[in-house]
Amino acid sequence: MNFELPKLPYALDALSPYLGEKTLEFHYGKHHNAYVNNLTGLVRGTKFENAKLEQIIKEAEGGIYNNGAQVWNHTFYFFGFSPDGKREPLGEMADAINKSFGSFDQFKEKFSKAAATLFGSGWVWLVKKDNSSLEIIQESNAGNPLRSGLKPILTCDVWEHAYYLDYQNRRPDYINAFWNILDWDVISSRF
Amino acid sequence: MVFELPKLDYDYKALEPYIDAQTMEIHHTKHHGAYTAKLNDAIKGTELEGKSLEDIFKNISEHPAGVRNNGGGYYNHNLFWKILSPRSGEEPTGDLLNAINKSFGSFENFKNEFSTAAASVFGSGWAWLVKSNGELKATSTPNQDNPLMDVASVKGIPLMGLDVWEHAYYLKYQNRRPDYIAAFWNIVAWDEVAKRYLK
Repeated sequence: MNFELPKLPYALDALSPYLGEKTLEFHYGKHHNAYVNNLTGLVRGTKFENAKLEQIIKEAEGGIYNNGAQVWNHTFYFFGFSPDGKREPLGEMADAINKSFGSFDQFKEKFSKAAATLFGSGWVWLVKKDNSSLEIIQESNAGNPLRSGLKPILTCDVWEHAYYLDYQNRRPDYINAFWNILDWDVISSRF
Repeated sequence: MVFELPKLDYDYKALEPYIDAQTMEIHHTKHHGAYTAKLNDAIKGTELEGKSLEDIFKNISEHPAGVRNNGGGYYNHNLFWKILSPRSGEEPTGDLLNAINKSFGSFENFKNEFSTAAASVFGSGWAWLVKSNGELKATSTPNQDNPLMDVASVKGIPLMGLDVWEHAYYLKYQNRRPDYIAAFWNIVAWDEVAKRYLK
């Protein structure tokens, strides 16, 4: 099976000025695309040849895990954005955030701090646990919470390639900008 | 002892076209600068104050992450700036070349092994040429770890390091890390690497 790069539901310049067109060209067109191609090459002739990404994330190791998780993570990340979506959580999602973190502002603060303090490359996740409560977790490199049985709701990519062309070393500025392009219709529906 | 951000021996634009001036300035003043400040914060008022980083690295697994990450970041960048040079196109000579030939077969083989180590780091990290029990090895570490740390899979004395964090090359090379690695061979200060080998 060949894995495919999903088409984005918006143009590459649609998230500007928060994420520039050039960033999207590379991040989606080069990085995300390379993970798709690498994975397709790596699974050939292995037991993961016809596997779904979720199975790869739960069971694979090494390069197959890294590339498989990175395909999934980037798709999840890019599809959480839109140029004109709801910028705050809705309905049950909002209730769950208030219940777990006190308020949306407190959640943003805690999530932003987790994103700012992750050392090296990785992802910060909002996940839903079995008892429907929410938690913020940091994962290094390709780390994906599905592997430990958690349900991902929202993610922020803090690999430097996600923000370096727009923000260079100023990761906190990228994280501030991130909140302006989230589509809480999509994110709430994941919950 | 307070750690200080070292001055570079060359201008920010001196390594062009291999590494651009903007990358050098941000890398030195912002990234290395931040590691320096955070390292000082991390050891201030602790038992580590006054100790050398080499000593601290020997038992780094027993110290907080802030010391490991920022101590490594501070030390690794110090070494990196030293082993770069605007005199392009030189190659190792003398005892260092002999040692490279002995451990890797040839300079070309060494370049290939080191380049592969650098290209294969997944995420952020460093590639190293290490002196270990009289032998030379090409290896890599994640994030800001280095071969002096007890957590390193290949331990030894780092003679040469290549930073493959994306901040080291993204403004000029973006996703093309192999192009950055290829460019690196033009700006290695082989006299400095040899000096570290002979120490």
